[in-house]
Amino acid sequence: MSTHPARLLAATRKGLFTLDNVDDRIRWRLGEPQFLGHIIQHAVLDPRDGQTLLVAAKTGHLGPTIFRSTDAGRTFTEAARPPAFDKAAPGTAPRVVSHTFWLTPGHASEPGVWWAGTSPQALWRSDDAGQTWSGVRGFNDHPDYSLRTEDPQGGTPDGPVLHSILVDPRDARHMYLGLSGGGVYESLDHGGNWSPLNDGMATVFSDPDADPDDPQPQSMPWKSVGPEHDPHCVQLHPLNPDILYQQNHCGIYRLQRPATRWTRIGRNMPTDVGDIGFVIGVHPRDTATAWVFPMDGTDVWPRTSPGGRPAAWITRDDGRTWQRQANGFPDRGWFTIKRQGMAVDTADPIGLYLGTTSGEVWATTDEGASWRQIAAHLPEIYALELA
Amino acid sequence: MRVLIPSPLHSYTDGRRWVTANGNTLSELLLDLDAGFPGIRHRLIDEQGNVRPHMTIYAHGKRAHDLATDVRDCDEVVIMQALSGG
Repeated sequence: MSTHPARLLAATRKGLFTLDNVDDRIRWRLGEPQFLGHIIQHAVLDPRDGQTLLVAAKTGHLGPTIFRSTDAGRTFTEAARPPAFDKAAPGTAPRVVSHTFWLTPGHASEPGVWWAGTSPQALWRSDDAGQTWSGVRGFNDHPDYSLRTEDPQGGTPDGPVLHSILVDPRDARHMYLGLSGGGVYESLDHGGNWSPLNDGMATVFSDPDADPDDPQPQSMPWKSVGPEHDPHCVQLHPLNPDILYQQNHCGIYRLQRPATRWTRIGRNMPTDVGDIGFVIGVHPRDTATAWVFPMDGTDVWPRTSPGGRPAAWITRDDGRTWQRQANGFPDRGWFTIKRQGMAVDTADPIGLYLGTTSGEVWATTDEGASWRQIAAHLPEIYALELA
Repeated sequence: MRVLIPSPLHSYTDGRRWVTANGNTLSELLLDLDAGFPGIRHRLIDEQGNVRPHMTIYAHGKRAHDLATDVRDCDEVVIMQALSGG
C-alpha cells in the first residue's frame, strides 16, 4: 500500500531539522532545530514501531554519542553505552570511535535490534533499541581488518566510514555493508563472517573492465580487497532483494544475485556527465528504475554538478539508458548531494527528496519529472530520511 | 570538591556550571561525576582512557595529563573545552 510520508528528518552539520508534510507533499513545515550545534550524521525512525528514533551525534570536540527517542522524536535520552571500542590490549593499536555515521534498524523479525557503522570503520549491534551497543567481532576484529579497511589517518576528509548496512528482508542472517574506502561485504550468518563482493568494480587505481587500449598501472594491479575500492552508497531493492544498485567513487553499478560480478551501468551515461556521484536511490515498485545525482569527478574533483547544472538522472531499464531530470532546478547551482542525502517515499506516484550541501531540500512528486525546493537556508545536509 | 563544567556539557548538569564530585584520583573523580551525571565521562574521555583532544582538565592549578593524578588535596577541578572550529 502506498502512503504519503509524514515527516522528513534532515541530519545536518549543525543539528537535526524536521519537515512535516502538511498538504499532500506540496507544503512542508520546517520545525525548530533539535540538538542545535551538534554534528548529526544520521537520524532514523524505526519503521517496526514508528516510535524509536535514533540520532548519531557528535559535538565539536566532545566524544560521539547516540541520542534515542521512544516517542518519535518529541523527547530524547542518551544511549547508556554508545559505540566504543574495547580497551586496547598491550601491543595492539588503540582504536577510538570518532563518530557514528550510519544507523540501520534490524530485520522485522528482530524488534529492538539495530546496526550502526562508525568511523574508524567498525560495525556495531544493539539488541535494546539503541540503549547499549557492542562491536561485531566478526568484522571489527577480523584478522584481515587492516587490509580490508582504510587507515583513519589516511582516509577521506571526514574519516573512512562504514555505511549502507543492508538487511535482506527475507532473511535476517543475510546482510551487506559498504566501506568507503574498502568495498562491499556480505554476511550470510548475521554478521559473524564477512566476504568481499567487489568483482567488476573499478578502483581508484585500476579498472577490471578497462578498455584494452587504456593501460592500467602495472604497479597497482586490481585487487579484490582494499581501501582502493570505494562504494559511496549501496541500495538493496526492497521488491527484489537479489538486486543491488551502487554509486561508487568509480562509477554506477548494478548486481543481480546470485551473480557476484558488478556491472558498470554508468558507462551508459553521457560522457560529458560521467557516472561519478555519492548517492543512488531505487524505485520501491520497479526494480529497473533508479536515480543518481551526478557530480563533477574531473581533475581535482569539485564534487558539484557537472558544469554547475544540477540534475538528477533516471534509468527505467536497469541502467541501459539514462534520462536527465532537471526541470525546476536552477540553471546553475554549485551543491552536492551526499551519500545519505536522497530519500524515496512509497506514494503513487512516488516522491523523491534531496538534501544538499548548501542546506536546501528539493522534492519531486512525479518521479523526477519536476522538482520543487521545499526548504532552504539550513546547514549543510548530511542525511535525509523519511519518518 | 567543586568541579567546573564547560558550557558544552551543561546539558548533563541541568545547566549548572559548578557541581560536586569526589575521588582520590582524577580517574575516580570522573567516575563519580559520571555516576551523578550519566554519560558525561564518555564525552570527555575516550574508550582508551585518554582525555579527548581539545579537552583540558586542571587540578592543583596545573594541567593534568594523567588520569592517575592525585586530587585528594584539591578544592576544585576545572574542565575546559576549546571552542575552536566553525
